[in-house]
Amino acid sequence: MNLSRARSPWVLHYDASSCNGCDIETVACMTPLYDIERFGAISIGCPKHADILLVTGTINHKSLRVLRNIYEQMTEPKVVAAIGICATSGGVFHQSYNLLGGVDKAIPVDVYISGCPPRPEAIIDAIVMGVEKLKKKGKEGLAGSAEASSG
Amino acid sequence: MSFAFSVAGILAAPFLGGLLAGLDRKITARLQGRKGPPIIQPFYDVIKLFGKESTYTNRHQVFYIYAYLLWMAMALLLLLTLQDFLVFVFALTFAEISLALAGFSTRSPYSHIGSNREILQILASEPVLVFLAFALYLASGSFMAGGLFLLGEPLLRNFPLIFAAVLLILTIKMRKSPFDLSSSAHAHQEIVRGVTTEFSGRYLALSEIAHWVELVIILFVVFLFWVDPWWVGILLALAAYLAEIVIDNIFARLKISWMVATAWGWGFGLSLLNILYFTM
Ligand code: SF4
Repeated sequence: MNLSRARSPWVLHYDASSCNGCDIETVACMTPLYDIERFGAISIGCPKHADILLVTGTINHKSLRVLRNIYEQMTEPKVVAAIGICATSGGVFHQSYNLLGGVDKAIPVDVYISGCPPRPEAIIDAIVMGVEKLKKKGKEGLAGSAEASSG
Repeated sequence: MSFAFSVAGILAAPFLGGLLAGLDRKITARLQGRKGPPIIQPFYDVIKLFGKESTYTNRHQVFYIYAYLLWMAMALLLLLTLQDFLVFVFALTFAEISLALAGFSTRSPYSHIGSNREILQILASEPVLVFLAFALYLASGSFMAGGLFLLGEPLLRNFPLIFAAVLLILTIKMRKSPFDLSSSAHAHQEIVRGVTTEFSGRYLALSEIAHWVELVIILFVVFLFWVDPWWVGILLALAAYLAEIVIDNIFARLKISWMVATAWGWGFGLSLLNILYFTM
């Protein structure tokens, strides 16, 4: 079970309010050069199917609601990775009046990746670290999630 | 054929289907210049899904997903025991309708679009199978698929055009480009995940397994065109499958109305022409 979990991290990408720099790098991971599918990771558009949520960009008042909604729809075990310095802390925009700051202001974050934008290698690294967390959460939470699903 | 053989076939079908799906992903990746996942990747995916939290929006949905899998297995059983081909077509249709109903039972608009498309796919593809049943009847004098083994010559010799029509609906059944519409499985995110948007965890895994069984079923139908000697049929089915993967990679997706038009126009046209030509 845990091996399968490690070999098949399905990734959901959400752009909270990024400048698109991080998004391009995230999508670059799926191109032939980096090809994260060789690790079993595919980009999936549906929160109910996803294991890892990659968030790029800072959180503002509009994207807060959307992000929380997506996070709640994801099924356990799940991991959130903040991609880029904006998602980590707000970066150069952190004092802006319309922003809340990093992703961790809205939902619990497991992996932080800095860089503006981070290199695709770093994003793959985020997925690998996310997988480790996923395994740990899977071990701890299996009993709990079985209860939750039967309710 | 014996009972044990059929049971073994039913149990082996998901594994075979899973391997074929893995092969598909590998070949697709290679065609796109990527390294691609390991061949057993689909099994990793499904086992992982069984370990994930499984939510459902209502009980009907769960029922229909199980119905999808069971009717698929039923259709395979009917085919493996070489029963009446028409009954097989009904069982297959029932299975697919169950999938569409599972999509309709939720409130997500994406699911609904997916289910609508699924129904249209059934509408487009199923009549060709009925034509195939008719061809079977013309060739062997009965609807029993077993009659093919007594025929002495492959079905393909007399019905090449129906074979072409079956290849056409193979694309629809496999949910691949240019007809990858109902779950937009390969065109990521267009309607989220279509029919399967609201499935999660174990239920998504079950629907995935049912899809593998469906893959084996439709390849078995291709096999029926050349049952004697059997290895030619298997080669035929494999060749059709590989051609399908290549087609998937070189075609853009078509609109749903074009799918119905193509399937009815070409599928019906070729089948009818073949039957007329045979009966003349
Ligand atoms: S970290 Fe840099 S590249 Fe990424 S969203 Fe922020 S400003 Fe853009």
